[in-house]
Amino acid sequence: MKIVYEKSRGLTDVPMHYCPGCTHGIIHKLVAETLVELDVLGRTVAVAPVGCAVFAYEYFNCDAQEAAHGRAPAVATGIKRVHPDNIVFTYQGDGDLASIGTAEIVHAAMRGENITVVFVNNAIYGMTGGQMAPTTLVGQPTTTSPLGRSRLGQGAPLRVCEMLATIEATAYIARVSVHNIPRLNGAKRALKKAFQMQIENKGFSLVEVLSTCPTNWGLSPVDSLRWVEQNMLPAYPLGVYKDIEGGT
Amino acid sequence: MARKLMKGNEAIAAAAINAGCRYFFGYPITPQNEIPEYMSRELPKVGGAYVQAESEVAAINMVYGAAGAGARVLTSSSSPGISLMQEGISYIAGAELPCVLVNIMRAGPGLGGVQPAQADYFQATKGGGHGDYRVLVLAPANLQEAVDLTQLAFDLADKYRNPVMVLADGMIGQLMEPVEFSPYRPAAGLPPKDWATTGTVHSGGRQRVINSLYLYPDQLENHVRAIFRKYAEMERTEVRYELYNCDQADVVIVAYGTTSRIARSAIEKCRRLGLRVGLLRPITLYPFPLAAFDLVVERTKAFLVVEMSMGQMLDDVKIAVAGRRPISFYGRTGGIVPTSEEIVKQVQELLGGRGA
Repeated sequence: MKIVYEKSRGLTDVPMHYCPGCTHGIIHKLVAETLVELDVLGRTVAVAPVGCAVFAYEYFNCDAQEAAHGRAPAVATGIKRVHPDNIVFTYQGDGDLASIGTAEIVHAAMRGENITVVFVNNAIYGMTGGQMAPTTLVGQPTTTSPLGRSRLGQGAPLRVCEMLATIEATAYIARVSVHNIPRLNGAKRALKKAFQMQIENKGFSLVEVLSTCPTNWGLSPVDSLRWVEQNMLPAYPLGVYKDIEGGT
Repeated sequence: MARKLMKGNEAIAAAAINAGCRYFFGYPITPQNEIPEYMSRELPKVGGAYVQAESEVAAINMVYGAAGAGARVLTSSSSPGISLMQEGISYIAGAELPCVLVNIMRAGPGLGGVQPAQADYFQATKGGGHGDYRVLVLAPANLQEAVDLTQLAFDLADKYRNPVMVLADGMIGQLMEPVEFSPYRPAAGLPPKDWATTGTVHSGGRQRVINSLYLYPDQLENHVRAIFRKYAEMERTEVRYELYNCDQADVVIVAYGTTSRIARSAIEKCRRLGLRVGLLRPITLYPFPLAAFDLVVERTKAFLVVEMSMGQMLDDVKIAVAGRRPISFYGRTGGIVPTSEEIVKQVQELLGGRGA
């Protein structure tokens, strides 16, 4: 018999706690495959966030540190400065990175910190039960914006890639999605590019991955994928926002 | 090595490097800026790294990352900045990481002022952040002691895998005194840092995780109990204090850091006035030298606690004395340093009045 597909050895055998239809599992897989394909898994240190991915250290088959809410880029900075030969990445959600951790992500980018950030944006607080995030779409109802997010007073989506791309010392900034197979393959290419930047000491790299939250969006897994396509893509255009090597 | 005239903050920074510290993360705040300035200048020369963080919140989390990666790491700040670090200090204690913190205290609350104070005693010794934990707290009274205790702090942090704080004030940070640096050797028997996240290529494939999350209450209780066994060990073996002139003392002054220096001057003045006064100086504020009080309580008539605060260490003195003798308190706050004359007057009132 010929093996045509197997679980990446970048992932452990621990069963994931993610809800059915959530795309965190896919994103974990893409990151793990990337680390194995680049042959850096054994010298990688992951930094887990607070949020749905809080147990990321149980799933990635590498050394890891659990950070306080929003502080993953600072923790990653400490690790990377001590061991520049380690490959250090943070895995953060939109509450963690785009709300409580805005100072840490902006300044890690400003320093050109040679780390990679995997930023998972599902436009809502998942772990705490569906509250409004800075990334929630205008009009999107959540448990803390029951009438839908209002542009005035509650604001409009914070676009992290666009913001960080203006920072001089960043090396690679891209927004991708995993809601269909072609997009998933594109996400994998972006992750590989981002980690390659770090391996080559080019500086700060970030990949924003649009993700689903069927549980808190109140949608089926299939409808959630459709919701990404129809509602998130217009608000969060996919693409490469910064590439110091000039690629797109 | 020759004695060298140094400013307190610089002496502390030099001591850290002498003890093998190669990483510093911090944010500017008066009156401790000479520490980051010294580190930014000197750490690159010894193969280390200095990062000016965007905030004290970020700085303490960089410390967490570096400590988790196995490094000897320092941060320093002053009172309001230390308040901002409390979340991270709780995480560091929870994840059992070694690091050294320096608090060059200024007056509070709030933005307060930049003059010396000792009003962060509660915050330093009683936990400071959320949850069940302690920070080992060392309080130098002169610059040589600041050097020695800073070096010791790194050993104690590694020994117990716990944050250790050097708690001084703006006076210690800013004054100049001669100090001597002896060749430093780490304490014998420090445990290997086989828990550090350096990549599984260095661990034979065994995954190392730095973490303080325990969602099951029984696991978390076991974890906290294990941490508290370390604190019990500290309370048995790490208590440090100095008794001065206590053999014949009718009054024992209890003071630490800068106020203990002033108390010493007051004791000399009292001697000339024929008053017998001693000094009990805690060097470790946590663990507090409770048993030292048993050595002097029979002989003395009263205790006088002197602090640059409204009375914080006073609570620990009350626990130690346990009602066996009267306790008076004299404190100045807001950045005012008490004079030895003020303390002499307190002693005179104590011995002439009902307390004696």
